Amino acid sequence: MSNKISETLTFECETGNYHTFCPISCVAWLYQKIEDSFFLVVGTKTCGYFLQNALGVMIFAEPRYAMAELEEGDISAQLNDYEELKRLCLQIKKNRNPSVIIWIGTCTTEIIKMDLEGMAPKLETEIGIPIVVARANGLDYAFTQGEDTVLAAMTHRCPERVSSIDRKDKTIQDQTIQDLFSFLPPKKKEEILEPKKLKKHPPLVLFGSLPSTVASQLSLELKRQSIQVSGWLPAQRYTDLPSLGEGVYVCGINPFLSRTATTLMRRRKCKLIGAPFPIGPDGTRAWIEKICSVFGIETHGLEEREQQMWESLKDYLDLVRGKSVFFMGDNLLEISLARFLIRCGMIVYEIGIPYLDKRYQAAELVLLQNTCENLCTPMPHIVEKPDNYNQIQRMRELQPDLAITGMAHANPLEARGINTKWSVEFTFAQIHGFTNARDVLELVTRPLRRNNGLENLGWTSLIKKENESKV
Amino acid sequence: MKLAYWMYAGPAHIGTLRVASSFKNVHAIMHAPLGDDYFNVMRSMLERERDFTPVTASIVDRHVLARGSQEKVVDNITRKDKEECPDLIVLTPTCTSSILQEDLQNFVDRASITSNSDVILADVNHYRVNELQAADRTLEQVVRYYLDKANRQGTLNKSITDKPSANIIGIFTLGFHNQHDCRELKRLLQDLDIKINQVIPEGGSVQNLKNLPKAWFNLVPYREVGLMTAIYLEKQFGMPYISTTPMGIVDTAECIRQIEKHVNKLNPNQTFNYEPYIDQQTRFVSQAAWFSRSIDCQNLTGKKAVVFGDATHAASITKILAREMGICVSCTGTYCIHDAEWFKEQVQGFSDEILITDNHTEVGDMIARIEPSAIFGTQMERHIGKRLDIPCGVISSPVHIQNFPLGYRPFLGYEGTNQIADLVYNSFTLGMEDHLLEIFGGHDTKEVITKSLSTDTDLTWNYESQLELNKIPGFVRGKIKRNTEKFARQNGITNITIEVMYAAKEALSA
Repeated sequence: MSNKISETLTFECETGNYHTFCPISCVAWLYQKIEDSFFLVVGTKTCGYFLQNALGVMIFAEPRYAMAELEEGDISAQLNDYEELKRLCLQIKKNRNPSVIIWIGTCTTEIIKMDLEGMAPKLETEIGIPIVVARANGLDYAFTQGEDTVLAAMTHRCPERVSSIDRKDKTIQDQTIQDLFSFLPPKKKEEILEPKKLKKHPPLVLFGSLPSTVASQLSLELKRQSIQVSGWLPAQRYTDLPSLGEGVYVCGINPFLSRTATTLMRRRKCKLIGAPFPIGPDGTRAWIEKICSVFGIETHGLEEREQQMWESLKDYLDLVRGKSVFFMGDNLLEISLARFLIRCGMIVYEIGIPYLDKRYQAAELVLLQNTCENLCTPMPHIVEKPDNYNQIQRMRELQPDLAITGMAHANPLEARGINTKWSVEFTFAQIHGFTNARDVLELVTRPLRRNNGLENLGWTSLIKKENESKV
Repeated sequence: MKLAYWMYAGPAHIGTLRVASSFKNVHAIMHAPLGDDYFNVMRSMLERERDFTPVTASIVDRHVLARGSQEKVVDNITRKDKEECPDLIVLTPTCTSSILQEDLQNFVDRASITSNSDVILADVNHYRVNELQAADRTLEQVVRYYLDKANRQGTLNKSITDKPSANIIGIFTLGFHNQHDCRELKRLLQDLDIKINQVIPEGGSVQNLKNLPKAWFNLVPYREVGLMTAIYLEKQFGMPYISTTPMGIVDTAECIRQIEKHVNKLNPNQTFNYEPYIDQQTRFVSQAAWFSRSIDCQNLTGKKAVVFGDATHAASITKILAREMGICVSCTGTYCIHDAEWFKEQVQGFSDEILITDNHTEVGDMIARIEPSAIFGTQMERHIGKRLDIPCGVISSPVHIQNFPLGYRPFLGYEGTNQIADLVYNSFTLGMEDHLLEIFGGHDTKEVITKSLSTDTDLTWNYESQLELNKIPGFVRGKIKRNTEKFARQNGITNITIEVMYAAKEALSA
């Protein structure tokens, strides 16, 4: 691969021999997000061992997830899948009584062709708990795409939106009920009445799992532009899933939700707002602007707000300016993060990414290209399904100031004198919206800040001569 | 189907990968879907490994599912052969590939024609064996492969070394304190004037395996991994092996006596006598014998403990607690179900109960029922202990990053006895301190709940309000105290009563 500067974005595809987490890891954050859920991963010891090791201490906090561990009898179909799953689900119902059980299909259920989708509705009526099936397996998906499969499956469970006239009646009715409950604190009443002040626009549902504080920060940002978010997919509780239907606008907050977006459009007739993702002040502004433009609302104060954010980031920007980054790619946040880092003054050599949906990420790709043009920064190579071995060879040549990489490669790269940041942290940290731009840079600069201090001690390379060429 | 939250031993392929990646210049290729290579994460993070883990995946995806792997596995093997020139490539099946039932042996045969490396298929059944059994099997398989090969080529060296020498079998990556144990064993053998022939698999080279029979005997420190290899070598070459784990003073001495026996049998010219060494080490070098006699240890007499772990560590620690320290082991157990008979025999008479299970809730229930003063177990028991407020010393894998200490912490040999004594003693004193705190109503809260350690303040809390404050859960207590004092100052109150506390609370929430 040549490293010369190109005029437009270049897309490549390698062998797909790269390291990433299995998509079943999405249960780690989704079970915490959806408070009344229970995740049942139908798989083998391998899946269980991964969850146990990847999620570390969380396992000890009586998690609302478990393995349905398949044994030899299940594989050879000596046992009846339906009866086995029923037994386990009844046990879960008895112990935890969740509002929903989510079955996560794995590679094994895929290979032995266990008909989870077929069994779920039957079992659902038999035990009286909704059962959602998501196939988050390593045969088809990488890491964060697990969330995509779960949300896409949940899309079918969202209630149908009642027509607008009915809804008006309902709000009026709701308000009279609210008035009846006059003992409610005055503050709350105000909140309920506030939507009146907002401009009229079709309902907007945002999709993507975020910690509740970040979700409310984003809702508030939109509220400042007089836009009311009518629901989130997923909500804090399964029972609070937003209503969907024709005339509902939807917008994604994460780059890895292309299946969910498709399902929302095709199956629920929603209108998708294709926007860059609210990561970094530039992304957040572009995201809000796009939503506003769709609703024909003029934004106010956004430019100042973005400017203000950039100024508050000045100390970090001084650290990163002119430094180079290499994304090995494992969580699909790469394009948005690279775009933000380029805007911060960094040079991105390569954006590795497991899977790129050019349609769903279209607006983000345009913003990336524009950012490069405006700042006269060379366009990065985008490498889909990267090959880690080749990437390490390229990195050896390019010697980037920072490699954003999975945990399997972080320590070996550090030992070879290359600063690294674990990409997984971007998945778990709060990185969305204006307020959290600082957190992204906090993560990105941490290795730079730490290693600045160590630079002069003379032990940057910590491997033996004979191992230098080994990958 | 089994509802499972946690497991003590990992899946089979992890064991194979641990053995393969412990050898120098051996590469493992997993036949697995995307994301199954988290072994690399474990090794890189837990062991803080500096080099890239020599494990890659030949990825099983939708296409493979539809058409079979075809050339993919073979291509991946030959590619790795060109890139890294390993001595050996181990094709590792996973749970996924074992249900696909592809003819992996055929891929191996084809790949070994074109590549310079040796290629073998790890022979483990994913649904029948666990991580430890698979590791044991793989090690034997690799050793057997290279000895057979040397035999065919006539390069096998069956004559033993002039001076007494030993192989240490079963030290490998991600093993509980394995690196430290290895160093301690080398030191022990050096003290006995025995040369180390080879240590496998950790840091070993497969090219040298043909020299394994040159050693006088094999030392297998852990039962879980290495025993199969030792038995194979005994059968094939008549090499004696010692499988007594040198953990604790009594068993270390026992292990040394066995070494003496074997060495003297093969050495007609010279008779070794290790008794003076054992005596010297026991009484003066190791502190553990003296410790068990000291009054510190007297305080531990009859205290209740529970032990759980892999067969080797749980059995050894049980014996140490009961035999060397006079502690009452109420229950001991292991998750190595496949080795239950041996375990029961070992701990016979040293423990009131024996629990053989790989279900952590059963272990938790047992601990809750017995309410011991201390637990010695795995990371899981440590967490059970946290929930029940019982101190726990970690003595066995599964482990966490904190069980890969940078400092020298062997469990084996004479230095190991010191480390174990510290571990046991510290676990119990913490328990005792805790107990005393409970009797006397906790630490002086004045220091805990303010941000400064000085106690001079213009405000006084009367007795009732202090009691009330102590009832508030620890994590919010400091905040409540500060808020109440702030409120008191604002309102010119110097004597804080329960009424003031409530008023402050109301003022804040209004």
